[in-house]
Amino acid sequence: MNSPESNPCLLRRARWNPYAVGTGLGLLCWTVFYFVDKPLGVTTALTGLAGACAKPFTGGDVIAANAYFKQHVFKWDYGMLFLVGIALGGLLSALLARTWRVETVPEVWRERFGSSTARSLGAAFIGGVLIMFGARLADGCTSGNGISGSLQLAVGGWTFFITLFASGIVTCLVLFGRGRKEGGS
Amino acid sequence: MNALISFAAAVPPIAGPSAVVAAVLLGTVFGFLLHRGGVACHAVIVNQFRFRDFTVLKIMLTAIVVGGIGVLVLNSAGLANYHIKAANLLGIVLGGGVFGIGMVVLGYCPGTAIAAAAGGSVHAVVGLVGALVGGVLYAFSFPWISAKILPVGALGKVRLPDVTGVPAWIWFAGLAVGAVLLFRLIERHERSSSS
Repeated sequence: MNSPESNPCLLRRARWNPYAVGTGLGLLCWTVFYFVDKPLGVTTALTGLAGACAKPFTGGDVIAANAYFKQHVFKWDYGMLFLVGIALGGLLSALLARTWRVETVPEVWRERFGSSTARSLGAAFIGGVLIMFGARLADGCTSGNGISGSLQLAVGGWTFFITLFASGIVTCLVLFGRGRKEGGS
Repeated sequence: MNALISFAAAVPPIAGPSAVVAAVLLGTVFGFLLHRGGVACHAVIVNQFRFRDFTVLKIMLTAIVVGGIGVLVLNSAGLANYHIKAANLLGIVLGGGVFGIGMVVLGYCPGTAIAAAAGGSVHAVVGLVGALVGGVLYAFSFPWISAKILPVGALGKVRLPDVTGVPAWIWFAGLAVGAVLLFRLIERHERSSSS
């Protein structure tokens, strides 16, 4: 039986070469720019969904009156269907490689912060709030600004790419310390 | 080359029901590639920022160089438009800063969280619920942010060639060479630390 990591069948191999994946994403961008005439992005569509999900809690009037949600009305447009596709793609990849498994407390988190599910999921929630708030403030996430913006040589895209990395590195230093290598003293 | 361009221009943009299929299909390819690339994995994302795993950088830089050269060629041939977002520098720096913290705390970014959630990560599902809440919080802060933050350092929809005067193809030549050199350095580092 072949392990998911070394399976000779490409569709069943759990991990693909990162340069091949990057090239694939680049080709996908050509396709999207040519056929759809839209940039690649995630959080613009997610904003519309956030407004739709908030309606039962805040009431429809509050959402309808909000200046930002007026610009981002939920609809089953290209951006939203693209998100559905991302989920399908992730599911398909996991099923084909047989790597689908339930993850509640990720390994790196457990090593540092222990196996409390509540703490791990609490952090996931806060992290989720931060990525969305940050992405909206910057008008794009890793996809919309980091990849799609940077590949068009947008000043905003590169500014986001660089600040995101700088902030991530500092955050890791604070959360994980200097991080001694495994086996080192 | 001209024959190729006129052939490509003859293919109509996708519209109607086929547009629905196309949107889902393009998203599926995106999600599949993110998942197979390993970036729908918490450890791969977090360890990038700890310099223990360089998968994120390898994938992003390759996508930027390959995608950028293609889009540049398409645009020069009149077959694709640019979609530049406004460079509101203060908003982007603050947003990138907040985003970087969130990406380490959650261990995913929005796109990879969706792919990871579909791959069975409850952690990513909870992160996405947080993201929806974050979107609502931003919408309610928007009147203040759009008045006080976004206008600061607002350069408009500018590209690096506009602000530097250096043509796009030189940027990509430099980026391509820089990426290859960086990748060689990373590969050497990975070999020496694994042996």
